[in-house]
Amino acid sequence: MAVVDEAPARDVRRPEDDLVLDVRDLRMRYGTTDVLTGVNFTARPGEVVALLGPNGAGKTTTIEILEGFRMRSAGEVTVLATDPAHGNENWRARLGVVLQSWRDHGPWKVRELLAHLGDYYLPYSSGRITRPWPVDELIEVVGLTEHADKKIMKLSGGQRRRLDVAIGIVGRPELLFLDEPTAGFDPEARREFHDLVHRLADEQTTILLTTHDLDEAEKLADRILILAGGRIIANGSADELARQLATETEIRWTVDGQRFVHSTVDATGYVRELFRKHDERVADLEVRRGSLEDVYMTLVRQFEAGEHDAAVRDFTEVAR
Amino acid sequence: MNTMTHALRVGLRRGGLEVRHTFTNSQDLWNYLFPTLIFLVVMFFMRDAAVPGTDFSLGTRTLPSLIGMNVVFSGMVTLMMSLALEREDGTLLRAKAVPNGMLGYLVGKIVLVAGMMLVSVAIVMIPSVFMLDGLALDSVTAWLTLVWVMVLGLVATLPLGAVFGSLFTNPRNAGVIMLPVMGLVAISGIFYPISSFPDWLQGVAQVFPVYWLGLGMRSAMLPADLAAVEIGESWRHLEMVGVLGAWTVVGFVVAPWVLRRMARKESGSNVAQRRERAMQRVT
Repeated sequence: MAVVDEAPARDVRRPEDDLVLDVRDLRMRYGTTDVLTGVNFTARPGEVVALLGPNGAGKTTTIEILEGFRMRSAGEVTVLATDPAHGNENWRARLGVVLQSWRDHGPWKVRELLAHLGDYYLPYSSGRITRPWPVDELIEVVGLTEHADKKIMKLSGGQRRRLDVAIGIVGRPELLFLDEPTAGFDPEARREFHDLVHRLADEQTTILLTTHDLDEAEKLADRILILAGGRIIANGSADELARQLATETEIRWTVDGQRFVHSTVDATGYVRELFRKHDERVADLEVRRGSLEDVYMTLVRQFEAGEHDAAVRDFTEVAR
Repeated sequence: MNTMTHALRVGLRRGGLEVRHTFTNSQDLWNYLFPTLIFLVVMFFMRDAAVPGTDFSLGTRTLPSLIGMNVVFSGMVTLMMSLALEREDGTLLRAKAVPNGMLGYLVGKIVLVAGMMLVSVAIVMIPSVFMLDGLALDSVTAWLTLVWVMVLGLVATLPLGAVFGSLFTNPRNAGVIMLPVMGLVAISGIFYPISSFPDWLQGVAQVFPVYWLGLGMRSAMLPADLAAVEIGESWRHLEMVGVLGAWTVVGFVVAPWVLRRMARKESGSNVAQRRERAMQRVT
């Protein structure tokens, strides 16, 4: 995969621009279990949105409902101006879904399969977008040029995942779904994958990805939605979330060689007071805002311990 | 460009590619050759025995019957197994994720099944023609009959394969369907005429497609006077069209509904679940 420069900041769009995704009060119930209890969010064209949450929070359910692969229990969902429960093939052609392959299409060669799947998109070019993606160019974009004539069953795990991505984008989607895209990637493959996502985002592809990894969400997404307890409990850029959620700041300093540590909400005020009292005797001052990661990890830990309600309550209290 | 006919064409190409792939891997090659070898050996040892009441070679009578059975196996078993397997491994979900992909997938599957059937019929027939005496393949009518019986047989059995392939969520369980199928083969006069069987058993056999395809193929490839040893002393084309036609109608009513229901339920998490289950079996 070619290394691409850091994506330039995209121009700010106004709310009146058409929404690519519009989810209102989405609910899902399996038997007597409520998995989603009222999910609300939107995505604008060209945005990269990460759905972040602990395992079992309902991320996959949400994304499959938006893909049109799963029927919802209730709520209003609009994907590219269409209800995914009734999306036709025209609508389908504008979406890309990256599926995790296992052993399908084993005897097919990489180029053969991509050319074949691309063929389906031929009648669906629109004024702005020519479909499908030319096959050799696509193979180069995902870094499989050397393996283009290999049988798929002979690919390594990492190469297979790149092929998955290539299949997901062969129709030049306007909206791309990625469910846990880097699960099982080594760090190198992960970095290359992030470059690819940035490149797609530069081409104004709207991307919705799920992940349980905050670090990945921060690196990839313009906006992070934290899904827990069946709804979105936080929504914003990584910076915004950090400001919203990480309220406690840790202050360390020494006075006459003696170490002190103090946690406070009002760091500025505390430091001002500190200088007034001790003035030049204050040394080695460190002010560290508690990270988003700390807050998120607490949430995940509580979730995994089965304390779902407590986790969401604590988290939303911090958010307030 | 009409999107449906486009997907149809893509599906035809897909089927062609898949037929070609069957020649490139040892598993598929084995599946072609192994049954052929068995059939050739069986016919070789039956060639000196006579069809009861005639001096016609029993081995020669078996060839068309086996080809008839092959049509049923292709339409039903091949399609069933590949649907069950490809649902498990996510091939079907991929098809669902591209526009009109399911249509292309099904068309491709039909081409694949028909192509594999033709290949296996050819490799059994070519050596048999040299090994067996008395085949009546020198008329155009014989070949025309062979073709229409084959097509009718596929049309009648493919929907059954689609239904069974959709019902089994685990391809390894789909094998249980083979038991009743083998039972049917035993009572359907593939290896031996059933005129001497009890009436009720003959009746049972005549409800299912295996018997009629064997009969139809015999009508195509054997001399006309061999009809005398069949039930009713005739090739009974009308009855054959009637029974296979009935299966076709039932199949085309039920199969689209079952297929749609099955396809609707496919999603990434389903495939992931099945993958996990299959992995556990392996380890």
